[in-house]
Amino acid sequence: MLKISNLHAGIENNEILKGINLEVKAGEVHAIMGPNGSGKSTLASVIAGKEEYEVTEGSVVLDGEDLEDAAPEERAHKGIFLSFQYPVEIPGVSVTNFMKTAINEGRKARGLEDMPAKDMLKLIREKAELLEIDRKFLSRSLNEGFSGGEKKRNEIFQMAMLEPKLAILDETDSGLDIDALRIVANGVNKLKSKDNAVIVITHYQRLLDYIVPDFVHVLHQGKIVKSGTKELAHELEDKGYDWIKQETAI
Amino acid sequence: MAFENKIDVEHPVHDIRSEAFKNFEEKGFPTKKEEAWKYTSLKALQKIDFSIFPKEVDALENKQVKKYFLQEIDTYKIVFVDGIYSSFLSETTHDGVDICLMSAALTKPMYKQYIDVYFNKVASKDDSLTTLNTAFSREGAFIYIPKNKMPKKPVEIVHFSTGNEASLMLQPRNLIVAEENAELQVIERHQSLTSHEVLTNVVTEIFAAESAIVDYYKIQNDEKTASLIDNTYINQKSKSVVKVHTFSFGGKLIRNNLNFYQNGEYIDSTMKGVTILGDKQHVDHHTLVHHIEPNCESHQDYKGIYGENSTGVFNGKIIVEKIAQKTNAFQQNNNILISDKATINTKPQLEIFADDVKCSHGCTIGQLDEDALFYLQSRGIPKKEARALLMYAFANNVLESVRISELKTSINRLIAEKLGVRLGFDL
Repeated sequence: MLKISNLHAGIENNEILKGINLEVKAGEVHAIMGPNGSGKSTLASVIAGKEEYEVTEGSVVLDGEDLEDAAPEERAHKGIFLSFQYPVEIPGVSVTNFMKTAINEGRKARGLEDMPAKDMLKLIREKAELLEIDRKFLSRSLNEGFSGGEKKRNEIFQMAMLEPKLAILDETDSGLDIDALRIVANGVNKLKSKDNAVIVITHYQRLLDYIVPDFVHVLHQGKIVKSGTKELAHELEDKGYDWIKQETAI
Repeated sequence: MAFENKIDVEHPVHDIRSEAFKNFEEKGFPTKKEEAWKYTSLKALQKIDFSIFPKEVDALENKQVKKYFLQEIDTYKIVFVDGIYSSFLSETTHDGVDICLMSAALTKPMYKQYIDVYFNKVASKDDSLTTLNTAFSREGAFIYIPKNKMPKKPVEIVHFSTGNEASLMLQPRNLIVAEENAELQVIERHQSLTSHEVLTNVVTEIFAAESAIVDYYKIQNDEKTASLIDNTYINQKSKSVVKVHTFSFGGKLIRNNLNFYQNGEYIDSTMKGVTILGDKQHVDHHTLVHHIEPNCESHQDYKGIYGENSTGVFNGKIIVEKIAQKTNAFQQNNNILISDKATINTKPQLEIFADDVKCSHGCTIGQLDEDALFYLQSRGIPKKEARALLMYAFANNVLESVRISELKTSINRLIAEKLGVRLGFDL
């Protein structure tokens, strides 16, 4: 589904990703772990198409199609979803109206009519239930004054609404208490199918107890320095990142 | 422009008018040399040969102008066509409250008591354009709400200009009195029906007695040939709440002089504005809040979106007198420039003589937030729509305090239309 080859990218002549190779197949869950500043969030932003990052070498290919020239919205239409580490607050637009706009823009890109209001409401209700989101919450301004947990839950709610092919969860566990973590993970697991894939970016192993990865990759200094199965995550939890740093330094 | 002295000597407010005319003769039109008019020039307008006393016009059909009134709810209407009252388009009342004409109030003996107490009492006797209006205004709205009363529906004051005169100057004069514990909602609009030069110099006096509540909405969405100088003076007594919303979406040159005088305690004065301009349009908001007594509040929140070659001015003056302790005065002016050629001049002007006060002011001029744009795009909303949605959200935030929901919807639509947004949702 997703094939990243020798990806080099950075911001203002500062190279952050230094040759990433990663292949994600449909039905898989990949975890990307690594110390702070290793390039995890940059990788997520580059896949989603954030314009301030410049790709200097290599490629990101989704279903055989190079995404190099695709704008963020085009990537979204092709099925990429990024759950933000820090979702942006947008006063003046309610969660519901934002979702309606996003869904209908997606449909427009696929040559479909707007979703009938009745179906939209039903879909919203259904997905809100999945994430145990209160109806009052949906009429609030997007992310404005939301707690950390509410923001993350709202990100996964959006993911549930948009049903992406490839979801990238960037530090979705940060700021969540254990109950919220369980709800969010449960939501992600219910959305999981053999046709879609998830990349979980996290600093800690905690989230991976709930969203169990098929593969774990360790990112360090802009490169994937180690790949393995979920046991690797446990090892990292026990030993920290220092041994990886030492190993790669040699 | 030349003003003949066509003042009726028999008129009950003759003395006030002659005095006003004298002041205007001395001062003349303001020029850019005056600090308050530094960024707004009336020079080009003065070169136009405006008709000051228009001839009778043909009656307008209701269907020609229906769209300029509030839809879906019933309202009282005081309507003028080229400055002349249109009884056909209006709906006035004397049922417990007076919603009628300034000319009636000025001439009928039963209103003399109100004219004596209120007419020209809060309006400036010094400001040249206000005195020009005082000297020459013939017509406008008169609204009197007695103690504990509230009209059954909102009042719309609408001035149409037909283009029958190639260039027309209008000087409407409104007097609005809400007595103790009375409540009132007013919507004011100036609208050209064709593209022609029109200059409106309107003066509105509002008196809010103790615990009165007045909501006043100004819709400025006129043709690109229409200019408006709005002079509004508000006198508030204790515990009264007056909110003025100004929506400036169209016109050639608009100058809003909005002046609040707090003559009592526990007063709340609110000024909100949304300005969305393009082309070569110019809007200048000059606000004044004079905190004269202790324990009062004022809130100002003006948002502006400036495109193309448009120019904007926000000048917010707050005076807190020495005895006006425990004053809370807030002022916020946020602007987005969406074109390199658009400009905005924003300036807070605080004169605080009391020591136990909370005053805050802030102004920002910026572009749209890139992170917010990326966030919307990453959800599949194309950049153009994302920009429009962010601007819509930015402006829309001011509407929360609009208490007539049909008006809110119609302003929502105007904003969306103005920004060219295809919103993926119903308003």
